[in-house]
Amino acid sequence: MKVMAQIAMIMNLDKCIGCHTCSVTCKQAWTNREGTEYIWFNNVETRPGLGYPRGWEDQDTWKGGWRRTKSGKLVPRQGGRLSSLAKIFANPNLPDLKDYYEPWSYEYDKLLSAPKDSANVPVARAVSLADKEHIDTIEWGANWDDDLGGSMETLDNDPVLKKMNLDVAKNIEDSFMFYLPRICEHCLNPTCVSACPSGAMYKRTEDGIVLVDQDKCRGWRMCVSGCPYKKVYFNHKTGKAEKCTLCYPRLEVGQPTVCSETCVGRLRYLGVILYDADRVGWAASRENEQELYQAQREILLDPNDPEVVANAQANDIPHSWITAAQESPIWALISKYEVALPLHPEFRTLPMVWYVPPLSPVVDAVTASGNDGEDHKVLLSAIAQMRIPLDYLAGLFTAGDTRPVELALRRLAAMRSYMRDVFMGREGDESIAGAVGMDGKTIEQMYRLLSIAKYDDRYVIPTTHPEMPRGISELEGCPVSYDTEAFHGMAPAAMGRAGNAAPRRPSLPLEVL
Amino acid sequence: MSVPDVLLWVVLPYLSIVLLVGGMIWRYRTDQFGWTSRSSEWQEKALLRWSSPMFHFGILFVAAGHAVGLAIPQEWTGAVGISEQLYHLGATVLGAGAALITLIGLCGLLYRRIVVKSVRLATSRMDIVTYIGLTVVICLGTTATVMNQIFGPAGGYNYRDTISVWFRSIPLFNPQPQLMIDVPIAYKLHIIAAMLLFCVWPFTRLVHVVSAPVEYVTRPYVVYRSRDEGIASAPKPRGW
Repeated sequence: MKVMAQIAMIMNLDKCIGCHTCSVTCKQAWTNREGTEYIWFNNVETRPGLGYPRGWEDQDTWKGGWRRTKSGKLVPRQGGRLSSLAKIFANPNLPDLKDYYEPWSYEYDKLLSAPKDSANVPVARAVSLADKEHIDTIEWGANWDDDLGGSMETLDNDPVLKKMNLDVAKNIEDSFMFYLPRICEHCLNPTCVSACPSGAMYKRTEDGIVLVDQDKCRGWRMCVSGCPYKKVYFNHKTGKAEKCTLCYPRLEVGQPTVCSETCVGRLRYLGVILYDADRVGWAASRENEQELYQAQREILLDPNDPEVVANAQANDIPHSWITAAQESPIWALISKYEVALPLHPEFRTLPMVWYVPPLSPVVDAVTASGNDGEDHKVLLSAIAQMRIPLDYLAGLFTAGDTRPVELALRRLAAMRSYMRDVFMGREGDESIAGAVGMDGKTIEQMYRLLSIAKYDDRYVIPTTHPEMPRGISELEGCPVSYDTEAFHGMAPAAMGRAGNAAPRRPSLPLEVL
Repeated sequence: MSVPDVLLWVVLPYLSIVLLVGGMIWRYRTDQFGWTSRSSEWQEKALLRWSSPMFHFGILFVAAGHAVGLAIPQEWTGAVGISEQLYHLGATVLGAGAALITLIGLCGLLYRRIVVKSVRLATSRMDIVTYIGLTVVICLGTTATVMNQIFGPAGGYNYRDTISVWFRSIPLFNPQPQLMIDVPIAYKLHIIAAMLLFCVWPFTRLVHVVSAPVEYVTRPYVVYRSRDEGIASAPKPRGW
């Protein structure tokens, strides 16, 4: 067993309102430069829909991710080492600007410089940022089918619908819809890193963040096509690859990523997960695609297991990181409550951004049909009967196996019903909890984490320097010295934030080992 | 031997070597971020799909041919039983074939560079120098081969008696410019243009040639790397 640490993210899709604040703040922070106009490290897709770039999930077209050979070995779907090098002069699997979209701006200046007595109303025409020509009709964007806009034409091309052989209703009243925010998955078995001929991409040993070394990148573009999530982009100005950095400069001082920090729905969770690096190859090469979800869960290690802790210490994982892993909301949502699922495990990259599937399509449909959307009996039977949302979610999260999705949705539904009783002043109904293999106490814990978790519960991020707990680096130049008493007196993790009475987590570095 | 001859066949070769090697080292040490192939595949894909591989594979073959013709003395090929006639035939047929492929690729690349506006706008000043340099050198080399080897005197022009010996005399620090005086003009121009291209080489995107990622073949797929010590070792205040 070789224990390694990874910073992982979970998004609770029920809470996503599709406001794109994460995308916009991310863009302001990272990709508001020339050459990166079309690059969205974070984007929010409406599902069902094509996504960005158009139809990225269709690996028959894009050849991203890994392919399992007959002998059980993994080879990048776009080709092994020699085959990749042979394609270096023109990469046939590279999306071009038509697959993303032609970035554009408007001639705002024309509005100001129009002559006073102009006979015509001044207009700001759209101009392409690629060839500087006017675009009379903008035909696609990063987010064109937002809220199912225009989906009558494009919906049939959704790769998940195609693969699962689903025929969804196209009239808005009968269709279901939810939002899927996406960032880089910071995979345990990343194809982009494996496809980089220069060795410029790497996975950081300390926290598992996948990065591009801008000095070593030579612009061969194999990472862009290798990534099945199409989350590595080509900066056409610098000629180098760029991707989501999981805001590592923020994480290193204990702050959450920009997308998490600014999420108005507070649907993102960040934390440390421990995994067995020796079994990554095993987990990624399961023969049956539907076993990949379980296999990936198997290599995530229980941070409370003394053997795991001993191995982690032997592998130089700092004590503060082990503690963070034990308090990790990620571990709880994936393994304790079993409500979080990976995005497209069938790509075999072992993604580390997981999702709590949305119950809302089911609740909405139940409520619309005049039934009680919070009655567990109604909800539980509706989950089983409403095959289209269930199959669709299974196509996204479990390579088509509906059982894990159904379990997650049933637990969310049970939580809804159980907590209604509690809030109505009644005793919580243990039979509801029991029906989904939980007990009332666990359901209430899960409710706390999913619904009212505070900043420090959602983001459990140890800092790079264990002697500098989060919050402290912001206090540089503070007149109060770092003396022990003064230090004990403050609650560094929550300084200046959320001054409510939530129980404070003990500050990690002062713990006596 | 006249002054221009010495300038062209002694001074210029050493100057181009100094600029090529020195410039490469300087740029490698100071401009890692600018060291890239600057692909324009994102802007335009359909034309690049066939023209870029044709150009690159063609020019690689041409480079290999130059290495054989210039670096290997004809006594050596004679010793292994390759007659001058056979060598001439092989070099001309293979060389002309590679030149044709390279030229078709180059035409495709030039066409998209000039006609496709998004690619044109992505062209830097040094890219223009690169394209002009490459086009001139390749066209002159092809002209020299066609004029002297295909339509020239029977048996062609044996550059291995003159150009190759001069070429090898440069790195041996025993330059023999007199060998170049009677070389056909097309060859002379081709060589001068090539040396001028070498002079600007390190300052263009052509640097990507020496970054051919051959180490990828033997590397494990996933690369792990520790957090940059340069960042981690920033002075930190005492923690207590």
